[in-house]
Amino acid sequence: MKSLEELRAIKEKMKASVNDRNDNTDKIRVVIGMATCGIAAGARPVMTAFLDEIAKRGLENVTVTQTGCIGMCKLEPLVDVFLPGEEKVTYIKMTPEKAVRVVNDHIVNKNIVSEYTIGSAE
Amino acid sequence: MYRSHVLVCGGTGCSSSGSAKIRTEMENEIKKQGLENEVKVVQTGCFGLCALGPIMIVYPEGCFYSRVTVEDVPEIVSEHLLKGRVVTRLLYKETVTESGVKSLNDTNFYKKQHRVALRNCGVINPENIEEYIARDGYAALGKVLTEMTPEEVIDVILKSGLRGRGGAGFPTGRKWSLARTIVPDADQKYVCCNADEGDPGAFMDRSVLEGDPHAVLEAMAIAGYAIGASQGYIYVRAEYPIAVKRLKIAINQAREYGLLGKNIFESGFDFDIDVRLGAGAFVCGEETALMTSIEGRRGEPRPRPPFPAEKGLFGKPSILNNVETYANVPQIILNGAEWFSAMGTEKSKGTKVFALGGKITNTGLVEVPMGTTLREIIEDIGGGIPNGKKFKAAQTGGPSGGCIPAQHLDTPIDYDNLIAIGSMMGSGGLIVMDEDNCMVDIAKFFLEFTVDESCGKCTPCRIGNKRLLELLNKITDGNGTLEDLDKMEELCLYIKNNSLCGLGQTAPNPVLSTLRYFRDEYLAHIVDKTCPAHVCKKLVRYEITDDCRGCTKCARNCPVGAITGKVKEKHVIDQSKCIKCGACMDNCNFKAIIKK
Repeated sequence: MKSLEELRAIKEKMKASVNDRNDNTDKIRVVIGMATCGIAAGARPVMTAFLDEIAKRGLENVTVTQTGCIGMCKLEPLVDVFLPGEEKVTYIKMTPEKAVRVVNDHIVNKNIVSEYTIGSAE
Repeated sequence: MYRSHVLVCGGTGCSSSGSAKIRTEMENEIKKQGLENEVKVVQTGCFGLCALGPIMIVYPEGCFYSRVTVEDVPEIVSEHLLKGRVVTRLLYKETVTESGVKSLNDTNFYKKQHRVALRNCGVINPENIEEYIARDGYAALGKVLTEMTPEEVIDVILKSGLRGRGGAGFPTGRKWSLARTIVPDADQKYVCCNADEGDPGAFMDRSVLEGDPHAVLEAMAIAGYAIGASQGYIYVRAEYPIAVKRLKIAINQAREYGLLGKNIFESGFDFDIDVRLGAGAFVCGEETALMTSIEGRRGEPRPRPPFPAEKGLFGKPSILNNVETYANVPQIILNGAEWFSAMGTEKSKGTKVFALGGKITNTGLVEVPMGTTLREIIEDIGGGIPNGKKFKAAQTGGPSGGCIPAQHLDTPIDYDNLIAIGSMMGSGGLIVMDEDNCMVDIAKFFLEFTVDESCGKCTPCRIGNKRLLELLNKITDGNGTLEDLDKMEELCLYIKNNSLCGLGQTAPNPVLSTLRYFRDEYLAHIVDKTCPAHVCKKLVRYEITDDCRGCTKCARNCPVGAITGKVKEKHVIDQSKCIKCGACMDNCNFKAIIKK
């Protein structure tokens, strides 16, 4: 170890993964419907797309989890995005391409992608 | 990016209940489901709730699975990790509420704890230095080497009020300062770490070494800088194979990253650490005996002075601190002396780790601020005494400590209060006893231990303790007299005042403290020839009551044929033949056999 900078670089690199190991509630949560209906409609590639995009942008404050079926199977893959202190936003009929846009617009820039939300379907 | 982290405890408790197999199975199952790029399996140190092992925590949900078996693994993977459905039946039941899963930090076991020495145990993978660095690891070493003088380091430790966690409570800063200044022209000094944790029932240091070995290495390097030493030794018991293995991995990684070795952080400071294995002699936890053992000689203590700060390992100025003491040091450097001294009581700062054992629901490892009462530790964190039994006493300090009776349950625990009530902090073993424990028997247990472990160098310890044990045996055999109690007290004081080292000086403590608080039990053994807790074999009688149905099961199970009686008639035990093994009582289906 030559310098404190080197130490800091390792810390930055590792921080994100180790910091996930707590019960921190003020994180952004992406919840993906992964019941049979969701998986059949292609939820897995959607989840992978979320994970890849979040990793690519080095976002530390986001967790990705799954949930079961909420009953709107025909709108799957469904994805809920929870920003701390805000109402949840539900996206429907998600694809990997849409996932990338949700990360960019909603999670990073805080602009809800209205045309993908459940409100636009009705 | 890993969306989920599965933390599997790899401490000694969970390892012995098969956590290594569970981890392998977990990794295989995750691969089978194609989740290996999304879910990371991490082996960690001890979470503390050893009673519920093997333990697994899944983040980000923070689900605490207890008593996991290999067979549960496919379900956890396919339900929780794949579909996001928590496997409720495996959750630690304290965390399950009507509205869902409660955070672990809100459970009684963790709520009152404050983790400083154990901060990384159960959070990081102890075999990965980068995870330690991610939790500010080696930042304290970087800080002292680039910003502070050795005097400033010692000053911070002094001001923090940190005292030795091995039991005696000597101020750490003063120890360091003596070693720095007492021999001004010393060509070589040594930093030693005492990981020879020998008290029965104590496993704090073991858990720190297994869960966070780098914290100890970092602190030793800081100590080396502070006193002017370039070499450190960790003296650890060979009976701690996991701790030894992880220490060696940690040392190699630290060398690889240049955090041990030459010219650390380009400051010109050199420091390296080697591990020395102890063969498990209790006396080698005593500082002079430990250093003698590192030198390769028979582990025996020598008179002090000269103290190790002046003439220690290989005759050079040395310091010896306990594992837990070191684990506090990097945090004190990073957060400052005031942060540390804000925790605890007036003369005992910071936190203390206790290993809870004996008659307690949550057997395990806890860390609480100094000044927490025994009642909070036993009832709130420890979950009280199982099977509705009544608390009788808590034993702290192992064979050097004493028993604390119920009337002192509300005493805030710190070094000085414990000494005032006839016990001592010790390294942190806390054994809880209920009404089924005989206090004379407990005193005998600890004394048998010290008699076995006495190195034999000095007479008061070698012969005095042996005679003391003989007197105790006389009492538990029902042959004691009241004069024996006076003789014992006199002998205890003689041994305490005249023994060479801490082992002998404290060996009579369990006897003295039980005599002080449970004299009535001694009197019952001597005067009434009974053992109130029905433990001492020679004083126990097994009898068959009128509930006997004459099933003959007891007679068939008695190994010495002491039970006679006809079928469907009440049986009788011949007391002259009975060897008091209890087989009849264990086998009776009608609870018709009682112990008196």
